[in-house]
Amino acid sequence: MPKTLQLAAVGTVAGLFSGVFGVGGGVVIVPLLALALGYPTRVAAATSLAAIAVIAAAAGALHAIYGNTDPVEAAVVGFPAVLGVVAGTALQQHIPIRTLRLGFALLLIIVAITLVV
Amino acid sequence: MSDPLPLMLVGVGAGLLAGLFGVGGGIMFVPALVLFAGLSHLEAEATSLLAVVPVAAVGAWRQHTYGNLRLRPGLLVGVLAIGGSLAGVVIANAVPERGLEYGFAALLVFTAYQLIREEDDEEDTDDADHDG
Repeated sequence: MPKTLQLAAVGTVAGLFSGVFGVGGGVVIVPLLALALGYPTRVAAATSLAAIAVIAAAAGALHAIYGNTDPVEAAVVGFPAVLGVVAGTALQQHIPIRTLRLGFALLLIIVAITLVV
Repeated sequence: MSDPLPLMLVGVGAGLLAGLFGVGGGIMFVPALVLFAGLSHLEAEATSLLAVVPVAAVGAWRQHTYGNLRLRPGLLVGVLAIGGSLAGVVIANAVPERGLEYGFAALLVFTAYQLIREEDDEEDTDDADHDG
């Protein structure tokens, strides 16, 4: 399958899962890029962030039209998180791939548990 | 407004998680906004999405400077996911949710196993490149 079609499939599947289950796209996009498309782990995480920015902007804008968003609380939680993501991406460059994968696997299991309980 | 300190602390943690694993951080934002800001679940999800935008954008930009970002594939996945999620909402309203959740939970556990099991020798060789 051509690369563009594969990426199109990843996007559609990620969207479907987040639409059905309300999970964030990253939980689906990172494993699909890493396992199905063979992206290196860090590249999969990086590329997933770009996709999430697009998805969250679109969905967030739609919610804002409906008046569901609280911009003040978004800023309170969001600005420290921007500092966190700068530190997290820097830290990620020094963490061995196996440890990263183990951490992500743990994250998936936690999401699985929250879905079932 | 609510006491901002717990939310700010959760924010830092969610950002770290986002940077480390390439997720948006909503998994931590949503419960924190319900718990510490007193938002409804719907408001918390909406507000979380708003907070995720700068986190994911700055994270992607940082990853670009480390040479890890594939921008066009990322944008393509993002744009198509928007359509997919609309279809997903339709499906969620048409099929019994409980069965779907168990199925997806099982799939996540299987994926976790695959991630741990798969040896990726190709990657460990380029570990040193990222510092340069």
